[in-house]
Amino acid sequence: MTVNSAAAQAFSARDYKSDVKPVWCPGCGDYTVLSSITKAFAELALAPEEVAVISGIGCSSRMPAYLNTYGFHGVHGRSTALATGLKLSRPDLTVLVTGGDGDGFSIGGNHFLHACRRNVDMTYVVMDNRVYGMTKGQPSPTTEPDWDSALSPGGTGLRPFNPLVIALASGANFIARGFSGDPNGTAKLIADAIETPGFSFVEVLSPCVTFRPDQRDWKNMVRPAPVDPTEDIGQAARRLMTDDGLNLGVLYRGRRKPYRLAEHDTISDLADIEQQFTI
Amino acid sequence: MIRSVIWQILNSSLRFERGRAVNSKIDISSVADLLAHVKAMETEAMERYQDLAEQMEVHHNSETAELFRKMAHVESLHVAKVLERAEGIDLPHIPPWEYKWIDGQTPEAASAENTHYLMTPHHALRLALGAEKRALDFFTQIVAQSEAGPIHDLASELRDEEHEHVELIRAWLDKTPEPDEGWDDDPDPPMLQE
Repeated sequence: MTVNSAAAQAFSARDYKSDVKPVWCPGCGDYTVLSSITKAFAELALAPEEVAVISGIGCSSRMPAYLNTYGFHGVHGRSTALATGLKLSRPDLTVLVTGGDGDGFSIGGNHFLHACRRNVDMTYVVMDNRVYGMTKGQPSPTTEPDWDSALSPGGTGLRPFNPLVIALASGANFIARGFSGDPNGTAKLIADAIETPGFSFVEVLSPCVTFRPDQRDWKNMVRPAPVDPTEDIGQAARRLMTDDGLNLGVLYRGRRKPYRLAEHDTISDLADIEQQFTI
Repeated sequence: MIRSVIWQILNSSLRFERGRAVNSKIDISSVADLLAHVKAMETEAMERYQDLAEQMEVHHNSETAELFRKMAHVESLHVAKVLERAEGIDLPHIPPWEYKWIDGQTPEAASAENTHYLMTPHHALRLALGAEKRALDFFTQIVAQSEAGPIHDLASELRDEEHEHVELIRAWLDKTPEPDEGWDDDPDPPMLQE
């Protein structure tokens, strides 16, 4: 990954933080993901007004409020759809989508598939804590089948959704996994994802210390993926299908050309847009 | 049940084990490189304490927030001192993931994951002690691995300063009452499964 050293000093990570104080539970992994995002922006020397952060609903979807870039705290599960529209109409912006596993893979599951398929140039960071934290701890699509809790006695018994496999099968061009306990490593993954053309998907394991205190142990379980990133989709599929969910790093980097509107489809004049709505 | 697990985990994690892979060799190339590391370390330590103070303020834990504010102020003085030391030296720009920290993370930044909205000043000082010890380890390792010369001399000086900080925090900790049993009991927690 290339970083322009001189330009990178134009902004510090702190320059991207808004004055709004996060209301996450102390100890939540999302704090360090916020830090990783700002570090990545600073290293890429992205001016705050050149970035839009789009989210859905949930704890991690509060992210746009804590950043001083453009932002849109959108509709539950619809963040990638919103971001797709934005990127197609404003290809000059760097578009980052943030959210959680419930927002992205359950309510937003269908949008997730088609965002991967369309391969519009944006980066989707999912803070996966395998639980619906904001609504008090219901199991999410990525929750382990035997997670026993007051709201799922004995566990759901359901096979967890595998977002990385789904992303690969659906056409995502860059697939990586980070861990909130490794903020510098995660910053690198996010910067790499932003620089890679097309739809980039970064799953960040981000413990929910309130409803999943057992996830604090992830720091002793995660490890760098023992293999180099691959461009071979078959090899990536085999790796991801046998992955235990704890390998960190870039796991797939494709060469699909991102989807863009043809030049004549891009409307840059507000009057042209208004014209289309004239009765 | 969840609260008792948090209690056990918080107490065990406050032993300052971060469970990450360790760099056996810290390859510092010049005094400017070392100062760039020190500047990043002190800056991130200051910012982390500011963040932790904000977190405690949001949760109306003013006593611990105040302590984190004090720590942030102390670290801001360290940042100023580093900048003074670096005056006239062109510090290299290093991306966050390319610093040669022992375990990949800025050593002097307090562990953000080892916090709780009801944590006491005693817990906060234990976090600070862990951070200072990691900084001490970092410079100790550079001293041990560098040959006589300017890098070795500067690292020795910084190691001695961190040693002083460790002792100061220890003394502060000794004067700060330990939390009562059940410090994390909250009859009306902000988030709890019902």
